[in-house]
Amino acid sequence: MTVPLAIKEIASQIEKKYPGSIEEAAQNSLVVKSDSLLAIAGYLKDTEGLKFDYFNYVTAVDYYTYFEVVYQLTSLEFNHTVILKTRCYNRENPAVPSVTGLWQGADFQEREIFDLMGIRFEGHPNLKRIFLWEGFQGHPLRKDYLQ
Amino acid sequence: MEVSSDKEYIYTSTELDRYEGRIIEELKTNSQESIPDPAAWLDEELKRNILLTSVDAVINWARRSSLWTAICFPACCAFEFIAAMGPRFDLSRFGMDIMRASPRQADLMITAGTLTWKMAPNVLRIYNQMPEPKWVIAMGACAISGGIFRSSYSVVPGYNRIIPVDVYVPGCPPRPEALIYAIQMLHKKINNTPVLPDLPQLMQKGK
Amino acid sequence: MTTTGEITFKTEPFVLNFGPVHPSTHGVYRMRATLDGEVVLDIEPVFGYLHRGIEKLAEERTYTGFIPLTDRLDYISPMSNNLGYCLAVEKLAGIKVPERAEYIRVIIAELQRLANHCIAVGSFLSDCGAMFTPFMYMFREREKILDLFDMVCGQRLTYNYMRIGGVSQDIPDEFLPALHKFMGTMPGMIEEWENLLKQNEILLARTKGVGILPREMAINCGISGPVARGSGVKWDLRKADPYSIYDRFEFDIPTGEVGDCYDRYRVRVEEMKQSLRIIKQAMEKIPSGPIRAEVPHLIRPPAGEAYAHIEAPKGELGFYIVSDNSIAPYRCHVRPTSLINLTALREMVKGWKVADLIAIFGSIDITMGEVDR
Repeated sequence: MTVPLAIKEIASQIEKKYPGSIEEAAQNSLVVKSDSLLAIAGYLKDTEGLKFDYFNYVTAVDYYTYFEVVYQLTSLEFNHTVILKTRCYNRENPAVPSVTGLWQGADFQEREIFDLMGIRFEGHPNLKRIFLWEGFQGHPLRKDYLQ
Repeated sequence: MEVSSDKEYIYTSTELDRYEGRIIEELKTNSQESIPDPAAWLDEELKRNILLTSVDAVINWARRSSLWTAICFPACCAFEFIAAMGPRFDLSRFGMDIMRASPRQADLMITAGTLTWKMAPNVLRIYNQMPEPKWVIAMGACAISGGIFRSSYSVVPGYNRIIPVDVYVPGCPPRPEALIYAIQMLHKKINNTPVLPDLPQLMQKGK
Repeated sequence: MTTTGEITFKTEPFVLNFGPVHPSTHGVYRMRATLDGEVVLDIEPVFGYLHRGIEKLAEERTYTGFIPLTDRLDYISPMSNNLGYCLAVEKLAGIKVPERAEYIRVIIAELQRLANHCIAVGSFLSDCGAMFTPFMYMFREREKILDLFDMVCGQRLTYNYMRIGGVSQDIPDEFLPALHKFMGTMPGMIEEWENLLKQNEILLARTKGVGILPREMAINCGISGPVARGSGVKWDLRKADPYSIYDRFEFDIPTGEVGDCYDRYRVRVEEMKQSLRIIKQAMEKIPSGPIRAEVPHLIRPPAGEAYAHIEAPKGELGFYIVSDNSIAPYRCHVRPTSLINLTALREMVKGWKVADLIAIFGSIDITMGEVDR
């Protein structure tokens, strides 16, 4: 049975290593600041006892004042999982670092989020529209998209 | 090889994407109304009292007995079409067992699936590459009017915005029996088509 | 530069477009392949020709009204999509499904796995050049399974059968005897065409050692399903994170060793046999009772979010739903199995020839409805 890890323990572990990077440790998910996202993701991937090597998905949700990018990671060895989130408060040019260096599976999914939501991923090797054609105006999945 | 200055050469894939994007936007602005059905054109000709001769009967028999389909299978209806070609609902008893990859050798296009604006220039290109006489069967709700996805931002509301359609088959997806009934309806339509050219009309078109 | 004997001539790589309309690509998939003669140097996949905006349409439909749209995602195995979505909403709203509905769901999901693998194996063999003979054999079996589904819900392809809290209609009386008859003939059929293919030289030459996916890359890319299991990753959600009542059944998980096309094909064939085992166990123990939990007509889950995943025939299919206590989902994201499985295609294909490119692509088994949504 895949066990969701206790967020409080991971939060305290990460707080010791990277102080000031956690925004909120909710009941099911861990919200971090976007500039320390890469460091924390690398820490989660490589540390003994955590070893999150399998990347489930990345998606983005538009809450009217901010965007939230949601990642879910699983460890095949220890059979536990964690949900990691980060928020962008900038509506004009939202930007988040890309995790394609750590997990290659994030490649197409980050392009999809850029295409449909407009969030830029810094460090992505090939960030361009994937589902809609070049020249399409706007980002359809945003809440304020007018047809 | 010399590079001539009046042609546009595309080197990177981003430039290719932008070029194709311009074509799609242009097609979208030009396809705001649906193309009327070819049967409407047929009625006008019949009003001018054209009789079908026995030459017409023989040629129409040859045409309807060996319809070859061009491949255009975006989505789910494709699997009902493939099931119709399968061992249970055998389409090759109607002479349609050839599914050639090349549209140059085809005379029927069964559009099985949702059409999006990104795919539309490609479908138009396949349709233009088919030689006359050619027919189109719009299969499924998405092909008739956009179906369940009509209110989406990237779906064309029906294939008749892009190409003229002869027979519409409702269903989501239509059963293979429904598709076979549509093909028989198309056979009836082909039987009523005059083959010999109408000289006065051709002279008009020439002018 | 290429040298043949004493003659040296200049060659350069060129870009060939495997267009969206192509007989061997499974749907409207486009690749721009950079070739040096016959050898593939690089490919660039282009998607989006079937992007219908299903995730945006979720925000204007009710929770139950979205179920027909989930049918159209992976249109070869629609029952699995329905099941995944219903599990996600039930997790969000805390609804408990009655026993009879759980058993019916398991039987239907495993039948769907059989039907999907029929098409997967059939079209893979067609891509390898076996013309249409294995395809016709598989379609004959699939028609029997579609008849069973027709008996249950009246539809052949897009079923719209599962509901939030159970299933929509009870199985009729003639379903279980017909299923029993089907279970009698199916193992013999699988053995019949397996014997024809097991030692076939052409199949072995075209698939053994071709398109190897290393185990580390499979885990790094997030690949799941028979593709990952062919590379030796022993991860099946029915055992690792059991959903519904899969923990009550006994079955094995076939895995491959090398990760080539032949291993992926063998994994699918073995999975079909394991599915038959599960259906047999479920048929014996199915209880009587209600088939749907008592839920309101317009479901309003409490505000929050949930993610539920299932072992669909193609891999891990998941639904991430965010709700704000209204009748429509606030955001519904589908974890696209086929899109993620395609991430490794570029690495798997480098150095092989064009014919191998088609065989490798066929062995991943994707559906464009799921890639593009």
